[in-house]
Amino acid sequence: MAGKVTIIVHSGDMDKVYSAFIVANGALAMGMEASLFFTFWGLQRLKKGALEKGALSKMNMLGLGKWMVKRRMKKARAASLEKLLEDFHELGGKILACDMTMQIMGIKKEDLRDDLISDYCAVGTYVNEAKESTITLFI
Amino acid sequence: MAEIRVDCRGETCPVPLVETRKALRKAKEGDIVEVIGTHPASKKEIPMAVKSLGLELIDVQEEGELWRIKIRK
Repeated sequence: MAGKVTIIVHSGDMDKVYSAFIVANGALAMGMEASLFFTFWGLQRLKKGALEKGALSKMNMLGLGKWMVKRRMKKARAASLEKLLEDFHELGGKILACDMTMQIMGIKKEDLRDDLISDYCAVGTYVNEAKESTITLFI
Repeated sequence: MAEIRVDCRGETCPVPLVETRKALRKAKEGDIVEVIGTHPASKKEIPMAVKSLGLELIDVQEEGELWRIKIRK
């Protein structure tokens, strides 16, 4: 089976970044291609050391909610975002970084995990990827 | 022909599915990949992935909460 999933990762919230990687990794595991287009708050998570730093989208309570959810995730043996990213990369997933976000937010290539990013691009690349995708999501 | 074992006992979504795929990618044609785990949904979803990948599902066994899936590449 072919097919492809393209996801815009607009949110930098921890739980939403989880959703993006879980869907993408599931697709890769089932033999599809996967591209993640990181933009706005999502792109912040690709800065060095920032992947796990997102807040919870709801009930973060200055980090207390996140701490509680993290503890429960650990108990359930949920994978870390770092492992999900590693698996995503190993299974051939593609990471795209939005260059306009970089300009607006003053993010330089050297601030980002450049070794994992396949391309620095704009909306044209997203549309090009999405038009040949069977699944596309905005998270 | 090799037999590759993947132990996903205690792991949850999406780890069993992803580890199965990783093992299948590394396997050579004809190799057997055996996955064991306890995550209930993965017992249904790994066979779905096997079908999507066009590979052969040899066997699915269950003993209590533990399941065992054999796949031929």
